[in-house]
Amino acid sequence: MFMIFGIPGPLLFGQLLLGLINGAFYAMLSLGLAVIFGMLNIINFAHGALFMMGAFVSWMLLEYLGIGYFPALILSPLIVGAFGLLLEKTVVSRLYKLDHIYGLLLTFGLALVVEGLFRNAYGSSGMPYRIPEAFQGATNLGFMYMPNYRGWVVLAAVVVCFATWAVIEKTSLGATLRAATENAPLVQAFGVNVPRLISVTYACGVALAAFAGVLAAPIYSVNPNMGSNFINTVFAVVVIGGMGSIMGSIITGFGLGIIEGLTKVFYPQASATVVFVVMVIVLLARPRGLFGKAA
Amino acid sequence: MTISRRAILGTAAAATVATGVLPRARAQALPTLKIGVLNDQSGPYQDTGGLTSVICAKQAVEEFGPAAKGFNVEIITADHQNKPDLAVSIARQWFDRDGVDMLLDVPTSSVALALQSVVREKNKVYLNSGAASAALTGAQCSPNFIHWTYDTYMLAKSTGGAMVKAGGDSWYFLTADYAFGKQLTSDTTALVNANGGKVLGSAEYPFPGTTDFSSFLVQAQASGAKVLGLSNAGADTVNSIKQANEFGVNKSMKLAALLMFITDVHALGLDVAHGLNLTESFYWDLNDRTRAFTKRVLPKTPKNWPNMTHAGCYSATLHYLKTAADMGAAEAKKDGVATINRMKKMPVDDDCFGKTTIREDGRNLVPAYLFEVKKPEESKGPWDYYKLVTTTPGDQAYRPLAEGHCSFIKT
Repeated sequence: MFMIFGIPGPLLFGQLLLGLINGAFYAMLSLGLAVIFGMLNIINFAHGALFMMGAFVSWMLLEYLGIGYFPALILSPLIVGAFGLLLEKTVVSRLYKLDHIYGLLLTFGLALVVEGLFRNAYGSSGMPYRIPEAFQGATNLGFMYMPNYRGWVVLAAVVVCFATWAVIEKTSLGATLRAATENAPLVQAFGVNVPRLISVTYACGVALAAFAGVLAAPIYSVNPNMGSNFINTVFAVVVIGGMGSIMGSIITGFGLGIIEGLTKVFYPQASATVVFVVMVIVLLARPRGLFGKAA
Repeated sequence: MTISRRAILGTAAAATVATGVLPRARAQALPTLKIGVLNDQSGPYQDTGGLTSVICAKQAVEEFGPAAKGFNVEIITADHQNKPDLAVSIARQWFDRDGVDMLLDVPTSSVALALQSVVREKNKVYLNSGAASAALTGAQCSPNFIHWTYDTYMLAKSTGGAMVKAGGDSWYFLTADYAFGKQLTSDTTALVNANGGKVLGSAEYPFPGTTDFSSFLVQAQASGAKVLGLSNAGADTVNSIKQANEFGVNKSMKLAALLMFITDVHALGLDVAHGLNLTESFYWDLNDRTRAFTKRVLPKTPKNWPNMTHAGCYSATLHYLKTAADMGAAEAKKDGVATINRMKKMPVDDDCFGKTTIREDGRNLVPAYLFEVKKPEESKGPWDYYKLVTTTPGDQAYRPLAEGHCSFIKT
């Protein structure tokens, strides 16, 4: 068996792959945050709670209505996205003209309320959600035993991330959206309904979080704290990638997943901290993040 | 002599007031024992302790009926969020300002250990049901303390011992990186070594906040050990077992869930959890008395059935109240050590654990039951999850007194 830095090669490859899988979640969540921040200037602290809602809604669909995993993959983001739309229309939209800190406080409060409600109703141990039949089992890759479901998660995440990037950067809808963030009155003068465009963008960002939540449901226990466990790391990812940069958050998400995975082999105790160490270093060297544009 | 109308009215009014006031004044004169239930009510240990612990303590008060014995009981509660510093400041406030006499439950070993010195300083009563570390009656023992329900030594001996006997002689640990996880790993390591087995490694992961265990599971698999010892609890145990299943770790290694509650089994579901061995000192379907207790308390906590921690809160409160009635509530309020000593002398008997005794170092010698989780088809009703495998009697389940090195025990 060959060794790399005193670690058997196969084990290292295994960890790289696992890092990529975790990175897929970071990428999807930070992507939603980047879209919302880039287009709406709102630091959406409720993102973790909405991710959790995505998982819970898919569990509820199965438990109460007998609707399985694949329909839930579409339905749950739609339902949670509609909830996001409601939030945007009723409260979030009132804060666009104010300082960022107000949006942060509001969404943080919303996150606490949503998590509290779920905790009250369902406790903290979580609910079981089975891996769908189609992805049961695992494939032997030679260097490790790869659960089929995790492979699917990486695939789905990559597709969704790049589709989102393409919509925003390569389509006329995305161009309108970007123009609206640059100069809303001018775009409105061209006959575009800017407030509606912004509401839909927020709902889409929320739906992305819910989609990640459905993907996470069979891996983690569906519990009210699942979002808050992720959210700190995901914010670090957004900051490292450069606030509001779509491609930056995707690449940083996957990259940090890998760095974290490697830390778990060499010094597991630091695995929760390593992302923040990277954040400090990046902020010292490039205060606007790796992919952030200069002011 | 003429009596004025005003005088008659005045006397009548005074009499009415006096009769109205007197019983109330007498009620106020009754001493009130104040119990503070301090546990995790919003984090990973919410279901293993949380509000169900409070409900079980209240159940004990209700059944005991303190008013008839000449005192009142009041229960207050707080969320320590698994933070030792927060717990210490709550406890100080409780003792100094709110007049709390007895501190109950307190899961999370780091928190439980931090409170030992506070309770001792204030000379109060500390009955711990939720925390696991055996250091609480060992190096960190206190004359104000009783460890009620279980500890790391007993878990290691019961679950670990059974695994080694069944041929699991090489171990790898997945350890929550704080007081409890480390103690459980070290107690189990000692037991494995003593039985001729060996420990091949341990991965210590950050607590709380770790949700993905796949990296550690793959490392454990690569170690070639026969048994994977899970030195964690609550939602962490649920996630690690779920992911071990996903990565096929359960096919190449035996899983030893060193601390697992029925609430965790419920969260996992039987299709994942079946076949696991685990140790609890209480199971609702163990005998007629445990079933009777569960039937009484269940309407108040229908979604979260009582586990051993909850049962411990009931049993500890009941015994505390019996002792207070025996020695006088006013005396019990005055001196924590005297109350604890009296509790140790009195025989314990209740529906959850039956008859038990409390050792001088504060260890309540409840029996340890090794259970196997049923297959889905074997389960006949809600929460019908366990098959009893073996019972370790209370006098054999715990660390011998002399090996604990408790400071106030003369050996």
